[in-house]
Amino acid sequence: MADARLQAQAAIVVVGSGRGIRLAERADLGKLELRGDPQERAFLGAIGRVLDLLLPVEPGSSASKGDITALWQAPDRWLITCPLSDVPLFAKLLREAIGPDRHAALCEVSDGRVAFSLAGPNARDVLAKGCPLDLHPKQFRPGRVAGSLLAKAEILLHCQAPDHFDVYVARSFAGYLWAWLEDAGLDYGVLVAPS
Amino acid sequence: MKIMTCPLNGPRNIAEFVCAGEVKAMPDPAACSDEEWAGYLFLEANPAGLIVEWWLHAPTSYWFIAKRDTVTEQIVATYTVEQFFAQARAAA
Repeated sequence: MADARLQAQAAIVVVGSGRGIRLAERADLGKLELRGDPQERAFLGAIGRVLDLLLPVEPGSSASKGDITALWQAPDRWLITCPLSDVPLFAKLLREAIGPDRHAALCEVSDGRVAFSLAGPNARDVLAKGCPLDLHPKQFRPGRVAGSLLAKAEILLHCQAPDHFDVYVARSFAGYLWAWLEDAGLDYGVLVAPS
Repeated sequence: MKIMTCPLNGPRNIAEFVCAGEVKAMPDPAACSDEEWAGYLFLEANPAGLIVEWWLHAPTSYWFIAKRDTVTEQIVATYTVEQFFAQARAAA
């Protein structure tokens, strides 16, 4: 669900050249939090058949196919993203795949987490101002995911492309983090694109 | 920037971690005295020197064990829970 306050900001902000970073809320992104045993092959298989991709089990990795992405969050925890309109369907199919007796859980967090898209030649520079991760292009490559802190707020960071990142943050921190990103981007110029 | 090496996630900033106190053996709550149980819950040896502690990497909810020096503030080693207790059993 789009955050009215962020959208209102999104309509007006172009700072400096606007060329350093492009900032947008991915308001049309649905998010599902999945928990389960990564050692259980039947579980990975059942989920894999629904999503048509294998859940990533290596720390800090992700898997993507079409408009569905699975992000590794913890050894037994994944964030699955899909178009917002597909959430009811995937939630139903995933619950069926989990079944009634398995020790696993699915929870929709589309409104609980906000996704920002941060792209542009200076995206890494802006993130590096507030994030302690090693963001060197050889270390944090496309496809990598990491839970960390950005400006003291807990985030999940996903590298989509060398200069394109998605930042997931709890909704209660979203307004703060958005303001911080606009401010941190001042040196390079920020273009806020309505999503 | 202080770095701690998480056995799962590799080197990360210390700000991502939470310390949960010394590793110590739990007495049997059904059999031990109140003093022993209170000691287990509330008393720490708090040595000046090497200490072995439970740590949590908060973003991934991952628990592990770290050995650090309380005098020099250096992190000497980090272990997975399995590694640590396998070593402890082998030493015992």
